[in-house]
Amino acid sequence: MTTTTIAPEPAGPAAVRRRERPVPAPIPFGRIAGIELRKMFDTRSGFWLMASLVVLSLAATAATIIFVDADNLDYEGFASAWGIPMSVILPMIAVLAVTSEWSARSALTTFTLVPGRGRVIGAKAVVTALVGVAAIAVAALVGAVGYLGVATVMDLDPVWNLSFAELARVTLASEIGMFMGFMLGMLFRNSPAAIVAYFVYALVLPTVSSALASTNTWWAEHATWFDLNWATMNLYTEMTDKMWAQLGVAGLIWLIIPTLVGLRLVLRSEVK
Amino acid sequence: MIQIDALSKRYGGFTAVDDVTFTAEPGRVTGFLGPNGAGKSTTMRILVGLTDPSSGSAHLLGRHFSQLPNPGREVGVLLDASAQHGGRTGREILTLAARTMGLPKSRVAETLERVSLTEEEAGRRVRNYSLGMRQRLGIATALIGDPEVLILDEPANGLDPAGIRWMRDLLRGFADDGGTVLLSSHLLHEIEVIADDIVVIGNGHIVAQGTKQELLASGETYARTGDPTSLGRALQRAGYTAEITTEGAVRSDADLATVGQIAFDAGLVLTELRAADGAGLEEMFLQLTAETQRDHLQTPEREAA
Repeated sequence: MTTTTIAPEPAGPAAVRRRERPVPAPIPFGRIAGIELRKMFDTRSGFWLMASLVVLSLAATAATIIFVDADNLDYEGFASAWGIPMSVILPMIAVLAVTSEWSARSALTTFTLVPGRGRVIGAKAVVTALVGVAAIAVAALVGAVGYLGVATVMDLDPVWNLSFAELARVTLASEIGMFMGFMLGMLFRNSPAAIVAYFVYALVLPTVSSALASTNTWWAEHATWFDLNWATMNLYTEMTDKMWAQLGVAGLIWLIIPTLVGLRLVLRSEVK
Repeated sequence: MIQIDALSKRYGGFTAVDDVTFTAEPGRVTGFLGPNGAGKSTTMRILVGLTDPSSGSAHLLGRHFSQLPNPGREVGVLLDASAQHGGRTGREILTLAARTMGLPKSRVAETLERVSLTEEEAGRRVRNYSLGMRQRLGIATALIGDPEVLILDEPANGLDPAGIRWMRDLLRGFADDGGTVLLSSHLLHEIEVIADDIVVIGNGHIVAQGTKQELLASGETYARTGDPTSLGRALQRAGYTAEITTEGAVRSDADLATVGQIAFDAGLVLTELRAADGAGLEEMFLQLTAETQRDHLQTPEREAA
């Protein structure tokens, strides 16, 4: 057996220095939200995912300027150009905001520093929603600046045919996509599984639904009540009260109920 | 102060933790010793609220972990040094912890220095860290809030001998300042060197607990006398084991006082009487866990305890 120096005998209870410690203040929600926002940017992959939002809105604006005839150029054209990359990237950001904790297992640290898992998930939901709004705002701004630049250079009269209400609806459509990603992230707590599930949700189900609609007249008439993608697409048009109700029903089925299940899983399941 | 009362965790028909009760006292380093899969990590996860127990309770500083308003300021936790996003730098991970706890920024650099991670290393991404560096970073995360209690799962894994010595000194100092330390290990030597109190777990059950001295005292006794055969026979008559070593001494499972008394009663002069060499924790550990270990080599939960 090798020899080791003998550690000194522990001091008796009387000699133990009693440290008077004030009970620390609870962690405010704003601080948790700040941390969660920082975590979205502080890895290389996270940073580039966020940067890609800016890069893509620049690219979409440039592409619109290059490929659309000057006569047909209007602001709505810019908006639909950046809308497509946004609708892909934003839900991914939402998925990863949740799943990266589990895939990288950093949840072990996160939930030992903030045991109220609901507060962490709430903070993630808030900052994810804010990122969505900020991304749309940046894209709208980049598009506007680009359009204004082109209009000045080519001496056009800019057509600002995107009302604030329309922009708000487009933002809501993006937020619904992010909500979907966030919910699937909570359900699966695994990045690849949740991303695949998102594409099933966003691409496969609508295809199945429209195939069904082409053969079944009842479904063709009523699908908007049950097909979230269909109901969400209406946001890009003028919304009637009925359309809002359809969006609500479809959202309840495809978003709210699975979110409750996902929340329960996140709050109760073992973190390993 | 950590109190664990009648804690059990069942997964279907498998019991990972079975009626575990022990206390880790302030001012002392409590070693939680057991082979892999014995239930150490599960117990520690329950302690910090990451796993719900099936029954029983775990309290820290008199409260359940979830009732701590800012846990990092009272309880430092390191469960798995590898459980970090590999894309973050060491400094970033520590900064996130410091900010969550509401600590000044300066604490990050101080703590990095305390665990001997250099500026350059702190700026590297964790995916490029060795296990030893991850352990240091994990210990830094546990220490940064200046807690009263430390809970460390296998903290010495991946540390070199100098690193283990560093950690021993660090934990010793922490306990001497009135802190409570609970650390787990499957490496016996580590626990023997670091801990004051030892809790041994095998297959979810506590198989032994006590101070290090108490547990080590249950080893064998080594005695020298002019007539080893007579002493050996006297011991055997009294119901103890006795064997004569190659150097002509007697080795017995009777404790020191008993051997002394038996030699005295037999009128034998002892020239040496002491705890036998090699009666270390290792033998005790292997003995205590041997039977329980054999039953369930294939446990449903393959946890890297």
